[in-house]
Amino acid sequence: MIDAPEAPAETAAQAPAASRNALEIRNLNFFYGNFQGLKEVSLDIVERKVTAFIGPSGCGKSTLLRTLNRMYSLYPGQRAEGQINFYGQDILDPGQDLNLLRARIGMVFQKPTPFPMTIYDNIAFGVRLYENLSRSDMDDRVEWALSKAALWNEVKDKLGQNGMSLSGGQQQRLCIARSVAVKPSVLLLDEPTSALDPISTGKVEELVHELKNDYTIAIVTHNMQQAARCSDYTAYMYLGELIEYGQTQQIFFKPKRTETEDYITGRFG
Amino acid sequence: MKMLQASALYPRRRRANQIGLTLSMVAMVIGLAALLWILVVLFGNGLAALDLNIFLSDTPAPGSEGGGLRNAVVGSMMIVGLAVLVSTPIGILAGVYLTEFGDTSKTAEFTRFITDIMLSAPSIVLGLFVYAIAVATVGNFSGYAGSLALSLIAIPVVMRTTENMMRLVPGSLREAAFALGAPRWKVTTLVTLRAARSGVITGLLLAVARISGETAPLLFTALNNQFFSTKMGEPMANLPVVIFQFAMSPYENWIRLAWAGALLITLTVLALNIVARVLFRDKVKS
Repeated sequence: MIDAPEAPAETAAQAPAASRNALEIRNLNFFYGNFQGLKEVSLDIVERKVTAFIGPSGCGKSTLLRTLNRMYSLYPGQRAEGQINFYGQDILDPGQDLNLLRARIGMVFQKPTPFPMTIYDNIAFGVRLYENLSRSDMDDRVEWALSKAALWNEVKDKLGQNGMSLSGGQQQRLCIARSVAVKPSVLLLDEPTSALDPISTGKVEELVHELKNDYTIAIVTHNMQQAARCSDYTAYMYLGELIEYGQTQQIFFKPKRTETEDYITGRFG
Repeated sequence: MKMLQASALYPRRRRANQIGLTLSMVAMVIGLAALLWILVVLFGNGLAALDLNIFLSDTPAPGSEGGGLRNAVVGSMMIVGLAVLVSTPIGILAGVYLTEFGDTSKTAEFTRFITDIMLSAPSIVLGLFVYAIAVATVGNFSGYAGSLALSLIAIPVVMRTTENMMRLVPGSLREAAFALGAPRWKVTTLVTLRAARSGVITGLLLAVARISGETAPLLFTALNNQFFSTKMGEPMANLPVVIFQFAMSPYENWIRLAWAGALLITLTVLALNIVARVLFRDKVKS
């Protein structure tokens, strides 16, 4: 079931030496009203590595991702307790400027969500929020972001078309390009390929591989092969708790906890 | 055994299906026949009365020959136009408030409740209300009062459709915009409202269609004017009231004009509805 991922094998060796944490989560509890969605979660997300979150539906992996950019703050009744250290600032600090935070911690969702505007404007939308670029600089940025998302060649002749006219896989890469365009330091991917066909999925996975050279990536996935293929670290969650966390190879080949083993071998979940 | 049950069940369901289909077909035919009948009578009488003179001359004095509807057409356009100018921003902003900002707050709930009442309020009551506050106090009927009365009808319609259309925009789209660090007002104006655009325009067109045929509110407010006038501060001619007065008159040319006016309004409303439908269909497709 699990092919030995090549890239994590080489990076795993270097990891201890150069690793720095982008996000340090400590004693995180999350509540949807009275329901506790996360229980005492603590883990470090390493800079410029891919961290995958796996676990059965409802285990809290998406919830965890949504605390990292405070997306939950849009909804009254949802709250988080604990600490998330992001290069010295606490994300959960009530005084945190959410717009600035979200500009630095980008997010891509399960379903492609192109804005109802042209492909060009889809990319430029986020950039215009915080940067005042000249027309030619903006052109360059749009091209750069679309190239990063491996979409440039497919759309360079139709930048003026509506973003909704693209195929599902292209739309999702457009959304990734849109997040990359604002040059965040962390990218959160919430099941980015679950609505895509295998070929588009492959492209997005390659992209994740590319992007980790510049960005810290946290990815939630239902697909364990995907986690094994493209992540450096893997966290297994169950019922709101972090069961096991470690280097992807270790989690998949020598899990310490039987619960993890049961899940990844398909005996459960 | 299974086969036996199935064979008894199948004819019964078939029969029930036939009865249901027949009943709904009959209902459809009755409804459609009534509509067709109205249109046939309207077109028959209206087309006979319709000529270029309708648009070139004004409503005739009692006893005089010929005449047209120029003053009424222009008056209606001005009154409805002003009402649309007033109700569009108020209705859209209020609708946006209800979905994006107020949502479940007390103010929003209260506003929704009032909107429901306004939507079902008889238009004659709104007309009387405007008469009391904008005609009786000033001492004369005016086009402005007419526009005000029509705005009161249009605002809740625009508000309700805007709210519904904004609700159709998936939350994930808003989240995606927030996730880029966009402040709420930018998410609302640049993304959500944009995504709901064609639906909101559809609502506007339907509101225009609704108010362009309203008679009761104008009866107490804009009243009527036999002469051509573009002064909104004075009584103004308008199609619905002209139709109302002329249709009940003893003069043959007046009755002809009433038919022509009725046809004009119907054609306008029909056109607006068709445009609204086309717009909305495009939206659903995308």
